[in-house]
Amino acid sequence: MKTVSSIALALLAFGGGLLVVGAPGAARAETDCLSCHGDKALQDASGQSVGVDAHTFAASLHGNLKCGECHITIKEYPHPDQVTPVKCEGCHADKAADLAGSVHSVKAEHPCTSCHGDAHAIFPKSDPRSAVYPLNIPRTCGACHGNDAMAKKHGLPNVYALYIDSIHGFALSKEGLLVAANCQSCHGSHHILSHKDPQSPTYKANIPQTCGSCHAGITADYMSGVHGKAVAAGNLKAPVCTDCHTAHAILQPTAAAFRMQSTPICGSCHKEKLATYRDTFHSQLGALGGYVETARCWDCHGAHQILPASDPRSPIAKANLVVTCGKCHAGANASFVQYQPHANARNRKLNPALYFVRLFMNLLLAGTLTFFVIHTILWLIRSRYDQIKRKAAEGGKHA
Amino acid sequence: MPDPVQATGESPNKSSEPRRADGRHFMRFTRAQRYLHAALFSSFLGLAATGLPLRFSESVWARGLATAVGGFGAILFFHKFCALVLTLAFLIHVKDLVTRALVHREKGIFWGPTSMVANWKDVKDLFGHLRWFVGLGPKPQFDRYAYWEKFDYWAVFWGMVVIGFSGYAMWFAPFFARFLPGWALNAVLVIHSEEGLLAILFIFSIHFVNTHLRPDSFPMDMVIFTGVESEEEFKTKRPKEYQRLASQGKLEARVAEEPGIWQINFSKVVGYTAITIGLVLLALTLSAYFRE
Repeated sequence: MKTVSSIALALLAFGGGLLVVGAPGAARAETDCLSCHGDKALQDASGQSVGVDAHTFAASLHGNLKCGECHITIKEYPHPDQVTPVKCEGCHADKAADLAGSVHSVKAEHPCTSCHGDAHAIFPKSDPRSAVYPLNIPRTCGACHGNDAMAKKHGLPNVYALYIDSIHGFALSKEGLLVAANCQSCHGSHHILSHKDPQSPTYKANIPQTCGSCHAGITADYMSGVHGKAVAAGNLKAPVCTDCHTAHAILQPTAAAFRMQSTPICGSCHKEKLATYRDTFHSQLGALGGYVETARCWDCHGAHQILPASDPRSPIAKANLVVTCGKCHAGANASFVQYQPHANARNRKLNPALYFVRLFMNLLLAGTLTFFVIHTILWLIRSRYDQIKRKAAEGGKHA
Repeated sequence: MPDPVQATGESPNKSSEPRRADGRHFMRFTRAQRYLHAALFSSFLGLAATGLPLRFSESVWARGLATAVGGFGAILFFHKFCALVLTLAFLIHVKDLVTRALVHREKGIFWGPTSMVANWKDVKDLFGHLRWFVGLGPKPQFDRYAYWEKFDYWAVFWGMVVIGFSGYAMWFAPFFARFLPGWALNAVLVIHSEEGLLAILFIFSIHFVNTHLRPDSFPMDMVIFTGVESEEEFKTKRPKEYQRLASQGKLEARVAEEPGIWQINFSKVVGYTAITIGLVLLALTLSAYFRE
């Protein structure tokens, strides 16, 4: 039965071959192989598809290759049931070497096809049909990195969901921008390294350059600020782009959620500054949600080119304060900007006037309440005692 | 005040309501004073309810409220609105005081038994009262305003000046910065917030208990809502004033109509609502304060 159908298929394929004989790609494809493998439903003994779509293959990047150029162990027809797998590195030795040194080095788990898709339908990465076309990359990587079980197994976060809801994810999936950062823009493709590896583009010290490959102006600003200089000098405690913006779930910096989440990030290093900021009206209002904006760290200090107050270019340099405060406070003047956004009312040496104002107010509060709480409690007890006595006397009379 | 119940039920004995045997009632607060108190406590409750979420902005309930009303923009708007109402009430009161002092030449507002200004008797009353609490002496005989009532009045008066000034200094900071030193802009928030907290804690605990919740007045002293009190209440709470008026023959002039049922019920609804809101705010304040 099988032979009969095979012959019928071979005839069909032959007929098809005659029809498309004009197409140069198809002409190079070997009709001998396709007489069997042209059946897209063809499966090997283990149930794996061994069918080839001759038409797609002919149009693909490898369409001008002969079957035997990849399937090098197959020399004659009929070939044995067991054939050795195709070795892409036969041609792509450089990519194979990159991959071997990467986090995806275990070949059984990461065959080339896991990213590039069907071996007989490989297109250039500029072709929308390619699995590694920029707009398709998140889905390709997400096949594994959007899988909770896989993420858990390797101790990785499920980054696909974070990315796809980020500003980059939206730019890619909603706006369809080819320039939107996709996975490989930051991680690379074949030679993907752990962020702990100093060679990796996602290694902390390399992040400013990685992001700067698109955000060049921002990186230039950043590198001239205190954080950039510290990182360049090898201080990896200083924040890089991802410390404030996160790596995958990057939000629009004007979004309320970003403004709410970022102040504590600055405060994770600048603890004392955060504590004193929390005492101010800016923080009290800001903590109640981002509907109307109050100053957060970067509104005064700048975001990327952060400079000390001693630098005349800094927005918090004395000469620039009227302008900086004036961004929100229309009419800000030299006296107004003497306001201390990080005043510490608990520190007598730094802020003596404020310290004593607070002390006076606290003593007034504690004193008044202490006296009257005692006064009121005694009064309550005495009144209740009198009331009970009076009622008992009245009750006695009536009895 | 025209009142159908009052008109038909002239004699208290005829009424089916259980009324006090002695039907006489006396005027304590004028209508203007009661309205002023209503404006004061309404705007104060509003200020407290909208100020506390800012003071304790890290607390869960503050964020919940902010989210519910559309962010702190709405809260701040309402806070400023209540501030304007209270400022207006304060200015009306000050204008009234000035008129009485300068135009009507009323000496009683600065000294004497009906004045709000503290005198030697208040000092004696305070110590006498404390002695009575612990059973070391007789209960002092209070006049028109007892010492704790005068304290309430001046606490509110001082509070309005201090909180009001510091509040406006923040509202119009660039303007106030023209004549205030830089550190004052830092200080006004500390002052506003601490004095506000004191006012809230004081009113919602001490004032509530002293004036309304203590056994002699429990659950609420209606006189600030109805303006009148019974002869018995007058005699026991302010014996000195009662005797003084009686001896001067001025008692009759103070006799007033007994408040109508609707007036009492309305007062109860308003008063209990205010006290409930206050106690809830007090609980939220204390929970946030001790978690800080």
